[in-house]
Amino acid sequence: MAQVGQFSLALAFIVALYSIVASVIGIRTRNDKLIASGRNAAIANCFAVSAAIFSLAYLFITNDFTIAYVAAHSSIDLPLHFKISSVWGGQEGSLLFWAWILTVYSALCVFQNRNKHRSMMPYVTAVLMATSIFFTAMHLFVVNPFKLGGVQLPGGAVRLFHPADGDGLNPLLQDTLMVIHPPMLYTGLVGFAIPYAFCIAALITRQLGDTWIRTTRRWTMIAWGILAVGILLGGNWAYHELGWGGYWAWDPVENASLMPWLIGTAYLHSVMVQEKKGMLKIWNVVLVVAAYTMSIFGTTLTRSGLVDSVHAFAKSDIGGYFMAFIIVTLSGALYLILDRLPYLKADSQMGSVVSRESSFLFNNLVLLVACFAILWGTMFPVLSEWYNGDKITVGAPFFNRVNVPIAIFLLFLTGVGPLLAWRKASTNSLKRNFMLPAILGLGSGVPLYLFGVRHFYAWLSLVMCVFVGVTIIREFYKGAQARAYGTGERFHEAIVNLTLRNTRRYGGYIIHFGFVLLFVGWSGQAFSEKFRLPDSKIGSHFQVHQYDLRVEDMGVRQGPNYAAQYADVSLYEYGKKKAIMKPEWRRYGGRDQQGTTEVAILSTLKTDIYLVFQGSTDGVSGDFTIYYNPLVMWVWIGGAILGFGTVIALLPNRQSTGRKSQRVHVKEGEEIEQAAT
Amino acid sequence: MKSKQLKFLIGSVAILTALAYFGYQGFNESMSYFQTVPELYASGDKAYNRTSLKVQGEVVKGSIRRDGQATVFAIGPKDFKAPSNFAPGPQTQTLMVRYIGSDALPDTFRDYASAIVTGHLRKDGTFEGTFIQAQCASKYQRENAAEVKKTAAKE
Repeated sequence: MAQVGQFSLALAFIVALYSIVASVIGIRTRNDKLIASGRNAAIANCFAVSAAIFSLAYLFITNDFTIAYVAAHSSIDLPLHFKISSVWGGQEGSLLFWAWILTVYSALCVFQNRNKHRSMMPYVTAVLMATSIFFTAMHLFVVNPFKLGGVQLPGGAVRLFHPADGDGLNPLLQDTLMVIHPPMLYTGLVGFAIPYAFCIAALITRQLGDTWIRTTRRWTMIAWGILAVGILLGGNWAYHELGWGGYWAWDPVENASLMPWLIGTAYLHSVMVQEKKGMLKIWNVVLVVAAYTMSIFGTTLTRSGLVDSVHAFAKSDIGGYFMAFIIVTLSGALYLILDRLPYLKADSQMGSVVSRESSFLFNNLVLLVACFAILWGTMFPVLSEWYNGDKITVGAPFFNRVNVPIAIFLLFLTGVGPLLAWRKASTNSLKRNFMLPAILGLGSGVPLYLFGVRHFYAWLSLVMCVFVGVTIIREFYKGAQARAYGTGERFHEAIVNLTLRNTRRYGGYIIHFGFVLLFVGWSGQAFSEKFRLPDSKIGSHFQVHQYDLRVEDMGVRQGPNYAAQYADVSLYEYGKKKAIMKPEWRRYGGRDQQGTTEVAILSTLKTDIYLVFQGSTDGVSGDFTIYYNPLVMWVWIGGAILGFGTVIALLPNRQSTGRKSQRVHVKEGEEIEQAAT
Repeated sequence: MKSKQLKFLIGSVAILTALAYFGYQGFNESMSYFQTVPELYASGDKAYNRTSLKVQGEVVKGSIRRDGQATVFAIGPKDFKAPSNFAPGPQTQTLMVRYIGSDALPDTFRDYASAIVTGHLRKDGTFEGTFIQAQCASKYQRENAAEVKKTAAKE
């Protein structure tokens, strides 16, 4: 099987090379057959890389420990789904997985557009296949997942090494979320390759009008949504698996995934300005290139050992190759942009400061600042070392100080932007649209303050949540009411039809609403508390706000591939028994004697009680840590709604059905919003 | 310049200035020097004056012990084999750490783990740690390799 995989990779390499040559010569000589052949080669490339990754999966499933990568990341007793997820559990396999997703994207993209954008597509194919070549070459020559296990002997000869069992998968990664999270993250990150390919093709062919923008917007949306959900799933994994009570730590690995997402967010907004007003053309090209560059850079950052991270990816020498690849893709794009500047002229002028386009402009400004600040903070150790030899790191306070105000400002724009008119919003429309939300938002500030929300940013964020939430709900309400009136539908039908008839606009609102809930959850962080309780015995109890926890039992039990110390802790709220929490401290068998905590979490909409048991050394008394984390659940709910909204926004608009199509009467001012979609 | 453009410019500059100021504050609050154990010793007296340091090293096998509420251990070079009368210090490029932080020790913290300890260096040469990050040891691959080399040499 390893030979099959190896051969497939070589085949993929050759096929991709052919695809580039055929596509480019095909378009230059206007030979349709050659172009079609290049396109088919891109699809064949996908099949070849698929064969490679499926052979790797097969090697994992059949416990073939002659393969070094399999031996290092799997073991016989590992459950099947973890064996499969081990495919992307390490450096080599995760890169192959990355390449595979790229080729799947490429195949889908060239197939979907086989009869569209005829002059542009061959270049799209060529750019995508060039990326594929880079990855297959990395596998063939640098990090080969199919390498046989062996050791270099002092004499220089290599002795093959075939262990009876593998090293196993890191117990922290033996978690269902770790089966889903990395593929989602990669699918999100790799997705930015498609807009990049279209952007380069548009630059080459000088077709910088609407075509490439319309096509890439959807692809970016897919990548963006998947990446967002992937990042949040990663946070969720960290929260329930790592046992430090939080879900985000500004670790370089996390930052690496967030940066392209922020740029993608900026692009999804600024693209509307180009569609509507023909402005920001250069800017959009730059954003697409930047998003792609950041996603490759993120991959480099986390695997090259350039910055230190708690993430367990092996340091390796792939950094140089990746940097070279980035330099090539980036400088090529920059050259094309500079050369095609005359084709990127704006069609119209900027509107007033209080206008839709200006809200987009400020949205883009702060998103880019956020990305830059995160990049700066992440890279600071490297930069400072270059500068004067001192490696200086910055921590969470730096990232929070900059990004919390930015985030709240963005939330504000989320409420305001969609309701502002293009060019210039009239005072009247401002009053009409924002009076009620502003009154309710500020009105909620008083009880919030009285109920103890004294942390300024948390207070401001919650007030904004009310403000923005009201604007969004009112948009649905007003739209549905008008529709129900016009068509005779019932109100709830009207809401559904309204959304499905204008998926981009209302899907966008749903995503915005998801963010409102995310902010509710993030605000709760300001009130997190931690209690450390060393040397607790059976019968010990402790009070955390309205909760009372009592240790009922402690002991030892044997799991399938670990030994656990457990504790049963009863949780009472206002004296009433709510739950028995069962945190554990496990030691996994095998060579890898790693101990891990299995936290017990009681989640409610109000608060999480997060209980960590660090085990006992004497069998009588154990150490506990309790985190009191208000509102965390809203982060996960908001994430789910965000994902749902993205799916809605990607649906094609439903055309008018059998019912008599009636124009919904819209008032002046709202008409402009309709046009936004 | 038109007044409209000027307004945008003023708005943007105001936002950027505010954010730069916040960033500066956050930087001062959270910056710390990141060093390996040899680098720490090489920086000499400066090391004592720096209020926040991060020191990286591999946890010396068998050195972890509890001392009341504190956890005491040594970090040093990769695969360091402690001699019988081991005392951490510059001679062996190892560092004694006394961890008194409020967080529980991370799951990954154990012998041979690559640890990053945040804290400061005390005058007596021990490092007072308030926060520990630990990376899984990649030791197993190395150990395997060593075993194979051994058996190969015997044959």
